[in-house]
Amino acid sequence: MIENTPTSLDFSESKINQDLTPEDKIEFFRGMARIRRFEQTALKFYNKGMMGGFLHLYIGQESVAAGTLGLCKENDHAITAYRCHGHALSMGMDMNSCMAELYGKATGAAKGKGGSMHLFDPSKNFWGGHGIVAGQTPLGLGLAYGVKYQELEGCCLCYLGDGAINQGVFHESLNLAALFELPVIYIIENNGYSMGTSQSRSSSYKNCLAQRAEAYDMDWDLVNGEDLYEVRAKTHIAMERARKESKPTVLEIATYRYYGHSVADANAKKYRTPEEIENYKTYHDPIRLWRRRLIEEGVFTDAEADAIDKEAKVEADQSAVFAEQSPPPTVESIFDDVYWETDNNTEAGNTGRHFFND
Amino acid sequence: MREILYRHAIREALDEELARDEKVVVMGEEVAQYNGAYKVTEGLWDKWGSKRIVDTPISEAGFIGMGIGASMLGIRPVMELMFWSFHSVAFDQLVNNAACVRYMSGGLCNVPIVMRGPANGGTAVGATHSHCPEGLFAAFPGLKVCAPATPADAKGLMKTAIRDNDPVYIMENTLLYGTSGPVPDPSEGDHLVPLGKADIKREGTDVSLIAHGRSVIRSLEATETLQSEHGINCEVLDLRSIRPLDQQAILDTVMKTNRVVLVDESKPFSGVSATVATLIQEHAFDYLDAPVKRVCALDAPAIYSPFVEDEQLPNPRRIIEQVLTVV
Repeated sequence: MIENTPTSLDFSESKINQDLTPEDKIEFFRGMARIRRFEQTALKFYNKGMMGGFLHLYIGQESVAAGTLGLCKENDHAITAYRCHGHALSMGMDMNSCMAELYGKATGAAKGKGGSMHLFDPSKNFWGGHGIVAGQTPLGLGLAYGVKYQELEGCCLCYLGDGAINQGVFHESLNLAALFELPVIYIIENNGYSMGTSQSRSSSYKNCLAQRAEAYDMDWDLVNGEDLYEVRAKTHIAMERARKESKPTVLEIATYRYYGHSVADANAKKYRTPEEIENYKTYHDPIRLWRRRLIEEGVFTDAEADAIDKEAKVEADQSAVFAEQSPPPTVESIFDDVYWETDNNTEAGNTGRHFFND
Repeated sequence: MREILYRHAIREALDEELARDEKVVVMGEEVAQYNGAYKVTEGLWDKWGSKRIVDTPISEAGFIGMGIGASMLGIRPVMELMFWSFHSVAFDQLVNNAACVRYMSGGLCNVPIVMRGPANGGTAVGATHSHCPEGLFAAFPGLKVCAPATPADAKGLMKTAIRDNDPVYIMENTLLYGTSGPVPDPSEGDHLVPLGKADIKREGTDVSLIAHGRSVIRSLEATETLQSEHGINCEVLDLRSIRPLDQQAILDTVMKTNRVVLVDESKPFSGVSATVATLIQEHAFDYLDAPVKRVCALDAPAIYSPFVEDEQLPNPRRIIEQVLTVV
């Protein structure tokens, strides 16, 4: 939560940020604007009944995905939980396939088989999108294991919420990460609430959540998520530790979500005050702060920022049109993507009965 | 043909696949320096070292999930569960991540992993260590499950499973690890047994016994008495693979003998035998001269007492009793 936010230093001075060109900085703005516009569009059509299931919005947290994932290189991987739209877009997935997946269309990233919580693109080193709280934390470990096993210089960024840190499998993963010296960075996106339960009502901790890493003899740090420079600077240190020394890190990034746990969260405005939400929107919004910073730095003008934001909105609107006009999956396709061997019509896939209807 | 132990047949399979593919990694509790809780992996750490044979802490959800994540990246882990009974602490990883990640990603991810270990009762270790979850896991589309009864099948299925591109769960048996049987010599070429292919372990004409795992061995024991004392000539069909399932072999033996007793160490409710019975009535109803009968574990948690434990499991006495009701 916000009270954990360390006193601010100017992280724009750090080497990794000094290396940024004005164009790079504008791209971060564009990236965050695209996430927000994508989700605002998704919300609009979710509320119109155009998509099913849950919709876990990332709005307010954009600087975390944009700042951390912007540091990824060829052998770096990412995996997250169900609040995954920001990570998917930041890893280079296009809006059309993401929006179509939310709609449950055949043109979706997962052909309509995963939905909002399960966006994947392994070709871009993005491994989901996972629905069970903390269920992805050992998978992230495995991705890091695979990188190390192949003797590549890379790492895995594994995201989880503050509500996931009390799951047993996360503790098992921390122990294994440190014990096996795996290049994984666990990023706790601390938005203060595990669904409707505040941090103080859900977690027992000393000082902060990331400090639990000490119990596993692991490095950790606290990050102010509203400052993209700080997010980059501290995540870069953790990633270099992983890539160069094959050592894990836990980062806790203080952030905030404007909407409920999901759009279906009936109590979204009951477990926290309207003033709290308004305060964050007004004073801590990461996109607003980044935009102001870039204007102060003379990187772009207000009008140029507006134009970028407008482009993002148009792109998001078009993705909804694409999704709406796309065909749904066929009933026959239900049996595709269950087994690699049956999909690929191999001898193994044709030996014995794999499916048991009729 | 040479005879080797069931545990050595599995070790030979692991050893050969470790040599064939450098992406193969054996991982689990006590598999390396301790040489395996049941000595299945004995000597592999000495030969292959710590990169290929990896000891894990007692942390099933963590290390099974780690294996799944590594397999998504193309590593081919062979994970040992010291007992399949410990599946419950890793259940989310086993049935959500391993079984569903391919589907939820629209086929973009795949999980070429093997989970192996013993799954049986009969060793006086109580209910929590005596689960037979082959039917349970076969109920999850996306998973493959097999249960070898002989050393040759154990080796052949293990090698096939490691090469398969889907998650395969192999249910072994602590009471079979020390049994021996003929296994082709490696010099004769790769010994592979396909998944989804049942095997007739004894030809017969009067009644079909359909079983998997150690129940195959118990069924074979029963057939000797049934032949010598009752003049009943039983056929024994070993399913070997639960999913994919060799439905044709099941129907063929039913159509041949017209009488069937299913022998299944798992519990009767929703067990493997329940599915096999359903398939038989759907596809061979007109060929049946008697109701399909089952010999399952008695429907209570596994009892500890060595005095009565064997009576809870399918044993020759209970199998003979059921066979006599259908002839």
